[in-house]
Amino acid sequence: MPSNTIAEYTFAVNEEGFFTNREEWSEPLAEMLASMVGIGELTDAHWAALRFMRDDQAKTGVTPTLRRMQTQGKFDVKQLFTLFPGKPAKMMSYLAGLPKPVGCV
Amino acid sequence: MSKVLILGAGTAGTMLANKLVKALPPTASITVVDKDDDHDYQPGYLFIPFGTITPERVRRSRKAQLSPKVELVTDAIVSVDPKARTVELKTRTLSYDWLVIATGTTPRPDMTEGLTDERIWRKSAFDFYTRDGAIALKKAMDSFKGGKLLIHITEMPIKCPVAPLEFAFLADDFFRHKKIRHLVDITYVTPLDGAFTKPVASKKLGYVLEDRSIRLATDFAIERVDPETKKLVGFDGREIPFDLLVTVPTNMGAQYVIDSGMGDDLGFVPVDKKTLQSLQYENVFAVGDASNIPTSKAGSVAHFSIHVFVDNFTAAYAGKPMTHAFDGHANCFIESGRGKAMLLDFNYDTEPLTGSFPVTTIGPMSLLKETRLNHIGKLAFEQIYWQMLLPGRHLPVPTLMSMAGKVPAEKTKES
Repeated sequence: MPSNTIAEYTFAVNEEGFFTNREEWSEPLAEMLASMVGIGELTDAHWAALRFMRDDQAKTGVTPTLRRMQTQGKFDVKQLFTLFPGKPAKMMSYLAGLPKPVGCV
Repeated sequence: MSKVLILGAGTAGTMLANKLVKALPPTASITVVDKDDDHDYQPGYLFIPFGTITPERVRRSRKAQLSPKVELVTDAIVSVDPKARTVELKTRTLSYDWLVIATGTTPRPDMTEGLTDERIWRKSAFDFYTRDGAIALKKAMDSFKGGKLLIHITEMPIKCPVAPLEFAFLADDFFRHKKIRHLVDITYVTPLDGAFTKPVASKKLGYVLEDRSIRLATDFAIERVDPETKKLVGFDGREIPFDLLVTVPTNMGAQYVIDSGMGDDLGFVPVDKKTLQSLQYENVFAVGDASNIPTSKAGSVAHFSIHVFVDNFTAAYAGKPMTHAFDGHANCFIESGRGKAMLLDFNYDTEPLTGSFPVTTIGPMSLLKETRLNHIGKLAFEQIYWQMLLPGRHLPVPTLMSMAGKVPAEKTKES
């Protein structure tokens, strides 16, 4: 299993760089990853989305979909596209230290 | 005498009722409720639009699939009162000691703005996860002369997650046989980041869409359908035009589950993923597609989980602890067109791998690989479904996933 090291943090990742152990994630690490992927500084709005994702995934075992972010987390999907441009579902799971949304195959 | 009430006489509910008749003491009463007497072989829906299965062939009587010791009540379910232990039907109220929710998932095209607009719905925009939808789509497929065909997944989770891919492969085949394939532009539109999202599968099968000249639009989060201009509009501003849209609408649990406050945001019942027991009520369980367990919504999962579930349920019924754990085992064929199919076998912790899948009667079948034998297996499954699966007979495959024959992910070579 490959791993990444950023500053003093070392964490196990899969082939695409997603965390394989959510416990190795931390908020300062997320800040560094955000600047590396071009999001820059994480605002309160970014953090609200990332924290909701982590709390929800801890409960259900599954990374929440954009729909669930909308219906359960009361987030505005268009705003998520502004906060995490391009592919928010994938980007948010990466920054929250969670697996990306997947199908069965 | 204890009353066991099963809501839903589909794949999971029927299998479960037939198994409980044998497993529970004769003093137990087993009642199943469903809105009608139509039991459909749902894997058959996929083939209706292509004319390879008739709509008549997929449908049989629900009652005929149930043991004579099971009572079938034909009525619409309105709501459950889990505190009073009663279920309100349209014409009467039933009480229970044990409740099993097995009402599966329902396609909800009404959840996407513009999709059910009368200018397009079942005229140029279709679903094929209902018998009516598949029948309507057959007409559209037969009269399609060319243009843009989209095969679209609204959002996860969906029932039988590989069916849209199978539809794309079979559509390629269908139009090739009609000699108009060069006039049909097929695009597979998914909210995920690829048609194959698991590492080994995407490594082994990444070629198949390109091989069939099927375009891929990924990470597409649909905001609405524009019925005027016939376009899918994404939250990111992307617009994908269509002449024929084959969509898999949002999948939700039954409306009465939502109305009774027993479902999650999509109406699936939150359960313990090993025992399928409700996280809210000790005497309530959910089997098949109706629960929120993190594996595929598929008949094979219903089958494997019920095997484990019956042992647990009979223990709980007798006041004993539940000691068996379901592993999320799923097994499914992917019809890939050209007379071939692929086979998947996986569970909560193990992604679909390559190698072989042992079946005691017919020998090993290849995993994640297109073969003729897999296609024959898919066809044979129809008879297995009616004659072995629903009556609760033993199948010659392991209940829990086995690594026998599989190549571990790290040893998989690129193909």
